Amino acid sequence: MYMKTQTAVIDNFTIQIEDEKNLLELIRKANIELPTFCYHSEISVYGACRMCMVEIEGRGIVPACSTKPEGGMVVHTNTAQIRKMRKMIIELMLASHDQSCTTCPKSGDCKLQNIAKQLGVDKIRFKQMKTHQELDLSSDAIIRDPGKCILCGDCVRVCNEIQSVGALDFAYRGAEAKVVTPFNKGIGEVECVNCGQCVKVCPVGALMPKYHINDVWEAIHDKSKTVVAQIAPAVRVSLGEYFGYKPGTTTTGQIIAALRRMGFDKVYDTSFSADLTVIEEGREFLDRYSKNENLPLFTSCCPAWVKYAEQYYPDLLSNLSTCRSPQQMFGAVCKEQLVKDLKISREDLVVVSIMPCTAKKFEARRDEFKTNGNPDVDYVITTKELSIMIKESGIEFGKLELSSFDMPFGFTTGAGVIFGASGGVSEAVLRFAAYSLQKGFVGEFRQFRTGDRTKVSEIEIGDKKLRLAVVSGLANAKKVIDKIRKGEEHYDLVEVMACCDGCINGGGQPVSNASNAVADRAKGLYDNDKMLQFHVSSENPYIKQLYNETLVDDKAHRLLHTTYENRRRILQDDIIINEVPENKKLEITICFGTSCFLRGAQTLYTQLMEYLSERELLGKTEFTASFCGKQCKKGPVISINGKNIEHCTLEMAVAEIEAVLRLKM
Amino acid sequence: MGNDRNTFSIKFDKVCEVLDKHECSPNKLIAILQEIQEEYKYLPEDIMTYIATALGISPGVVFGVATFYSHFALEPKGKYVIKVCDGTACHVRKSKDILQTLEKELGLSGKKKTSDDMLFTLETVACLGACGLAPVVVVNDEVHGSMTKEKTIELISRIREQERQEMNK
Ligand code: SF4
Ligand code: SF4
Ligand code: FES
Repeated sequence: MYMKTQTAVIDNFTIQIEDEKNLLELIRKANIELPTFCYHSEISVYGACRMCMVEIEGRGIVPACSTKPEGGMVVHTNTAQIRKMRKMIIELMLASHDQSCTTCPKSGDCKLQNIAKQLGVDKIRFKQMKTHQELDLSSDAIIRDPGKCILCGDCVRVCNEIQSVGALDFAYRGAEAKVVTPFNKGIGEVECVNCGQCVKVCPVGALMPKYHINDVWEAIHDKSKTVVAQIAPAVRVSLGEYFGYKPGTTTTGQIIAALRRMGFDKVYDTSFSADLTVIEEGREFLDRYSKNENLPLFTSCCPAWVKYAEQYYPDLLSNLSTCRSPQQMFGAVCKEQLVKDLKISREDLVVVSIMPCTAKKFEARRDEFKTNGNPDVDYVITTKELSIMIKESGIEFGKLELSSFDMPFGFTTGAGVIFGASGGVSEAVLRFAAYSLQKGFVGEFRQFRTGDRTKVSEIEIGDKKLRLAVVSGLANAKKVIDKIRKGEEHYDLVEVMACCDGCINGGGQPVSNASNAVADRAKGLYDNDKMLQFHVSSENPYIKQLYNETLVDDKAHRLLHTTYENRRRILQDDIIINEVPENKKLEITICFGTSCFLRGAQTLYTQLMEYLSERELLGKTEFTASFCGKQCKKGPVISINGKNIEHCTLEMAVAEIEAVLRLKM
Repeated sequence: MGNDRNTFSIKFDKVCEVLDKHECSPNKLIAILQEIQEEYKYLPEDIMTYIATALGISPGVVFGVATFYSHFALEPKGKYVIKVCDGTACHVRKSKDILQTLEKELGLSGKKKTSDDMLFTLETVACLGACGLAPVVVVNDEVHGSMTKEKTIELISRIREQERQEMNK
């Protein structure tokens, strides 16, 4: 059909309307940087901040983010009235904002600060309403500073729409309205998976990564410690953005040089251990595939996804790869070997990870990754934190002579580098599988290099036909998993990354205004892959050596694999439903966690109560509801006087109760 | 006595009943909360988490709704809920004085709304629609009009006395 091209006039400039979702996008296409707080192209339009107000001739003043562009519109973005309004909004926001700007870690890239400066706000005519509030320090990854929140709701929508977690939400109303965690608990005590995506959208300093900069400096300054660094793949193609490089520019050499100048004793590459992950996970996959056991295999390198699975899909935990993430494989192997090579104690070896990710901070503190209380990875700092440390040291990043990684943990193949992009893990595992099954075949699997966030592909390797899904963003993962559960879809392998497009877009990465920044970083990684000598993990000569010399006996299993636990969404006590002061004969605990609930725990509870009442046992029974007995696959689970009954039915419970009573008679 | 269900388990049964009645539909959240509050007189945290699990939504949403409507109470209320009207008519007739008297008498403050003995909860409301009787105080739906400081103190003593007698029975 013939369509007349439509145009609009924006500040005396005529521009063609294509498929812009809203007027704001059209205005930005006209190269006018209209200030906004609550607009993000990837989440729903909220229209609350009112910063994007513009005047349309004949229609008056409207919010651009929630107005459809139409042909013939004549738009003004800078009338006297609008300029005045904008200033006033900023003044109002500042009045209800804890203005401790000089000491705020966000200072410098705070949107509120920048827009105030851009608009020339030089005084605040309103009374200061909000002052310092207590920080929420309960999480290992994220800090909340509620006094800074301007209620734009960006974090709420990201957590809900992109991650389908919902750990943050509005509560209370009117002047009391706040963004809070459920029941005002600490963010470390609720279902937050530490992905840091809320941190990335928060325009102010209300949500920040928990910095570990000082811990790292302290270790460096302590002469008795040997401090080594591991650098994740995604960091090398993004750190440069803090020093004026374009997104995707590789600055590995400068980063290593900077770390050496700062005082790190050794600088290694997390891609090395990513090669290890590929081999371990590849073997695990081929083994499960041949036995047709626990498929699909879900990848386990993303700690935000792992926590999500532990909370919401406890019944699928046996499908999760038992492989540790590259960060943790590195820590375990490094502490095992270096302690021997350098003849130092475990406590004197400090492993610092430089990661694009906030969830890695949480992962490093998990009990599974400690030996006698000493963690395999001591501190995790984000790309952002490293940039701060480099600036603090006064190092002129752009002028550094390039340096290279230390051996042996600094040697990587291209397969270990592409881990940083969504699809990279699958491609690396496929390369390994093809190489193993087809005797040295080296190929690429480019199917997963598109920018889509749910990618499905069928791949033939030898006589095997594999069906893979690659998803990023937990809400996307949820959709795929729900289909698998309903039996509508079948996959052999599912790669999940919590952050959209993978680690290159992690919660610790630079926030870029460039629309293609993330795609450019991905391209940077694939270019790195091309430049490297090897492209299949099992070709890495240092990995071969590691298997021959260090990972002998049960060590590969002990150092490279882990277990998972079912987790409650919210830390809270059990509910005592029926309390008995003395003379109790029965103690019954019923699990009401998500999984048991779905498996009929509530009906079972009602029936049991009826039974106990008929048998006149209520006065002698203590009944407790717990929120997760941690055996979700076997639900509904009931414990009767300490004995656990899985897949419990009324008959089974009654039989046990009667048996207990007979014994007590 | 041996077979009496204690109140908590009866209440929890009611939660299950309410959820079943509304077929665990997230769209019925407000109705569900309302009915559960009738049972418990407030919304306990653990029960809200349970509701979230049953409805398949995040506890944050339940908490958000529960805090949005001032009708929902997140803390247990006292046996006697005293509402002091602060509508225009009552305000002009010095309802503030009555509020202050009550706060002092019951050991309460702006933040602390329920007395330690769990006997009284003090709330202010905007216009109860009984302006002719201003200033008005309502105790568990019983309206007391044209209140003064003295009458307020008397009212509290009367309730306390009544409670004492009941205890001694
Ligand atoms: S870190 Fe992720 S899961 Fe946690 S609150 Fe932020 S967006 Fe939600
Ligand atoms: S915490 Fe940040 S992103 Fe969330 S509502 Fe407040 S200002 Fe907005
Ligand atoms: S960006 Fe349009 S109202 Fe906030």
